Amino acid sequence: MSAPKTHDAISLTNDPQQVRAAREEFAGAIEHFGFPREAAFAVMLAFDEAVANGLKYGAAQQPGGAIDLSWSVQKDRVRIVVDDHGPGFDPDNIPDCTLPENIEKACGRGVMLMRAYMTSVEFNDKGNKVTLVYERN
Amino acid sequence: MASDDSRLRVRKESGVIRAEFVDRNILDEANIQAITDELLALVVNEPRPKLLISFSNVDHLSSAALGALITIHNKMKGLSGQLRLADIDPQIYEVFEITKLNKLFQIHETSDEAADSFA
Repeated sequence: MSAPKTHDAISLTNDPQQVRAAREEFAGAIEHFGFPREAAFAVMLAFDEAVANGLKYGAAQQPGGAIDLSWSVQKDRVRIVVDDHGPGFDPDNIPDCTLPENIEKACGRGVMLMRAYMTSVEFNDKGNKVTLVYERN
Repeated sequence: MASDDSRLRVRKESGVIRAEFVDRNILDEANIQAITDELLALVVNEPRPKLLISFSNVDHLSSAALGALITIHNKMKGLSGQLRLADIDPQIYEVFEITKLNKLFQIHETSDEAADSFA
């Protein structure tokens, strides 16, 4: 059996099969480096949120739209970059969905979860490209 | 109660609709929409429905899935129904804590505890 990929750079459309395959490649690398369950959960969650957000708010806004996904996994560090080529948004101006007036609204939690679980979450100025880093202690 | 391609296992017991996710990962938007539609269809014609959703098989869920649960919660409120969540893995429960949705939903450790909690 060949060793799993430890990095990848692909273009991804909103095709569930394609998304699942990309997820499995990434999960294989996380497993390969023996990340503990909590860390694996954290980076998988961030991966899922970044890809879903990119596809929904970026790629879906353009006909035939796709995101550029790249990731690398090392024994002590994970890096994920999603460029969705969409109109972008202001990540510092998202309503706080934990406030009582927003708690029953069905949106706004993806970025919050990425920030909660990753070591750093940085958006470009336009807000259509996110770089996520997880550093393993 | 559920169709062949359902992503839920559903049964009704003592007036409580018990729904359990089939999939380990609740991530895909289209899948989440189908699950939401199916859950809403289960309760919409029930007087004061009692719905218990078990997460016993679930390893990962996305913020879109949380959004779907909020939609169901709001619908249940409109129907004067009761919603309970149960069997949530501790790591997934942490997601509910971070988003403070553990305050919105009535969450129980087990399905049996959740079933006993209905008024």
